[in-house]
Amino acid sequence: MSEPEDQGTPEPAAAPAPRPSKRLGSRLFREITGVGVDWRSALLVPLLAILTALIVGAIIIALTDIDALRNWGRDPGAAWRETAGTIGNAYLALFKGAFWGMKPWSETLVAAGPVILAGLAVAIGFRAGLFNIGAEGQMLMGGLIATIVGFYFNLPWPIHLPLALLGGLIGGALWGGIPGLLRAKTGAHEVISTIMLNWIAIRFMDWVLRTDFIKAVGRQDPISKDVLSSARLPQFFPNDPFLRLHAGIVMALLAAAFIYWLLYRTTVGYQFRAVGYNPDGAHYAGMSVTWMYVLVMAVAGAMAGLAGANQILGPLGRATPGFSAGIGFDAIALALLGRSHPAGVVLAGLLFGALEAGGRQMQVATDVSIDLILVVQALIVVFIAAPALIRAIYRVRTGDEAERITKGWAA
Amino acid sequence: MIAEIVRSPREIRRARYLGITYLLLAAFVLWVFGIGSIGEGTAEFGMARPIDTFNWIPNLPVPAAAFGIGVAVALAALGGVQLFRGFGRWQNRVLALSFVLFVFAFLAWAAAGKSFNLVGMLRTAVERSTPITFGALAGMLGERVAVINIAIEGQLLAGAFAGALVASITGNAWPGVAAAIGIGLLLGWVLAVLAIRYRVDQIIIGVVINIFVLGLTSFLTIRILAVNPHLNRGIKLSSWRIPGLGDIPVIGPIFFDQTIFVYASLILVALLAYTLFRTRWGLQARAVGEHPRAADTVGINVYRYRYFNVLLGGAVAGFGGAYFTIGTVGRFDENMTTGRGFIALAAMIFGRWHPVGALSAALIFGFADALAGKLGILQTGIPSEFLLMAPYIATLVVVTGIVGKARPPAADGQVYVKE
Repeated sequence: MSEPEDQGTPEPAAAPAPRPSKRLGSRLFREITGVGVDWRSALLVPLLAILTALIVGAIIIALTDIDALRNWGRDPGAAWRETAGTIGNAYLALFKGAFWGMKPWSETLVAAGPVILAGLAVAIGFRAGLFNIGAEGQMLMGGLIATIVGFYFNLPWPIHLPLALLGGLIGGALWGGIPGLLRAKTGAHEVISTIMLNWIAIRFMDWVLRTDFIKAVGRQDPISKDVLSSARLPQFFPNDPFLRLHAGIVMALLAAAFIYWLLYRTTVGYQFRAVGYNPDGAHYAGMSVTWMYVLVMAVAGAMAGLAGANQILGPLGRATPGFSAGIGFDAIALALLGRSHPAGVVLAGLLFGALEAGGRQMQVATDVSIDLILVVQALIVVFIAAPALIRAIYRVRTGDEAERITKGWAA
Repeated sequence: MIAEIVRSPREIRRARYLGITYLLLAAFVLWVFGIGSIGEGTAEFGMARPIDTFNWIPNLPVPAAAFGIGVAVALAALGGVQLFRGFGRWQNRVLALSFVLFVFAFLAWAAAGKSFNLVGMLRTAVERSTPITFGALAGMLGERVAVINIAIEGQLLAGAFAGALVASITGNAWPGVAAAIGIGLLLGWVLAVLAIRYRVDQIIIGVVINIFVLGLTSFLTIRILAVNPHLNRGIKLSSWRIPGLGDIPVIGPIFFDQTIFVYASLILVALLAYTLFRTRWGLQARAVGEHPRAADTVGINVYRYRYFNVLLGGAVAGFGGAYFTIGTVGRFDENMTTGRGFIALAAMIFGRWHPVGALSAALIFGFADALAGKLGILQTGIPSEFLLMAPYIATLVVVTGIVGKARPPAADGQVYVKE
């Protein structure tokens, strides 16, 4: 299992801090970035990655502006102005849709909540050396249980809402625990089993939403019954229909704080990280690697399940076949951008939330569709995962080598 | 053979489990498909389509109850032999045979009292399996030289898009096919450079390529194809009946009256099965995947093999992706591959990283897909979603080693740094 030394890839997570600092800010920073990376390059790579991705996005907008492209031959000046105008308007709408005023901030935070939770699900796996691609399926299963609890029981909200959230947590934890168990007991690689479980969950949702128990009465299409209002996450501005901000973001922040506490302040968290750093070493130190794999994946699944419950009990109010909307896959990009640290995940989640909220505004205000955001997110991850590219483009020193998380599925 | 006489306790236990599974299966078939279809009548299996050369072949009548009971008896006999004697190296073939028996017992039960065009459905199964075969071959080419490719989904989708776009621009399907291969090559090159030169985690690159292609093709669909319908006008290749072979009853319409994609996939499987296991190139490629350091020591250029195979895999997946547009409906739709790339990944694992295995797995998965589409007509009450789930569950079973063990190339997913 252990990597040969010639890889030259020190694991930033597990390296001990040489000078323990009392100040939370600098301590967090060190934990996020790892030691041996200076301030400049640690911030430089993510910022340059975001910038480069946005520039590539602009180029894509320009190249697909067919009207302007036709003009290049006749009147390059006008064509240039038109292209620049299209890009400028699109990015201005993106920025305004994310930050300009109350509603954009509300939308950004609404979108950030589930991606932070799902991002935590991937990040905690990375910390323990497990690649959880299954956040999407765990979200679906968590959301499904939350839906059932939400419409089936009729309870006062101080009991109903926590119960529905707990249902989401448990649904995700069970679905996430399966690949952990399979890995621990049979050696089946979690990448393969989580991919397969994602698709099993997707097909299962297709079916279960058509059953009489779940399906909304009087509907032909697969849509669940509505969650009762006593199980919905409370809104901050219940009187303003344009401000959808609900308690989900608070829950996401609390979850991030909990994961931080779990990973860095408890024995279990130390064991998680030890297993991730060196499973053989952890085994010889007397830890149960088997149990750790199950536990890590269950905790990860619980976070993803909570993300699903957040969507169901928050903005959606009921389950539809694709309600997870690819958030479980965005979460992988997000965990990488956040360097698999809870605080980094929160920051990256706010960025992804802003891109989502801004992207919707961009799609409405200009004819640039929100799918561009997917492209930008993918590019950000490429540049984060391959700092050598950033180094080559900007001729800056970036400190570390490419990040290495998985070890392939050959034993 | 010593290997057959001396068996490890694990093997003996597995053989027992398998035997018990046969017996349970026999009991299930007897109860549900045998006794369950008493009085339901005869299943009429259509053995030809009206457009076939031998379209006068009569339907095959199968008395459902008797057939179900017969299959149950056969399965019970196989289970008994498996339990007390074992089939040795025939074990997997017997497993395949009992799977086929089970499926036909199911079909007879489902179609009892009705007529059901068996040849038509098998033809659809072969057609549906084609992109899965290409995807699985693409994944296998990479993993045989230790580069994991989970970007198959993205490569298929990009191939489908490029194929539809270029075919619409030129008004001819063939440039579309070439463009699909080209875009597959390009994505294979991206994967190869990032994985081999920049040593980025291969799974991350795969995930990223999938997100990137999904985003870009959806973006371009809305921004360009939707406002310029002539750029997505559904040009496609029609099926071409091979003279002679296509006229054979039953087998002809299933295998030899298809599009060029089906023929290409069959030829490619044969070609790769030969080259990977019977030629010097194949031996060296596999050495790179099993033990790159040793391969390097004897003078094999590890990087060149990895680049070549990943690029070739990309081209294969791109070509397979063109099936979704040029090979069937013609027009491109957002995210039209809907997870076929991951079924291909499953088929590669299920087929144990072997071309023929990949084809067999793809055929089984394609069969499940085709059957899922017919379940509604047959009115069995079984939700089609469970059949669509079957490939993933089967793959989970295989990777956990409950039935047979799939072993990937030893160095799979690891970077190689030349000393």
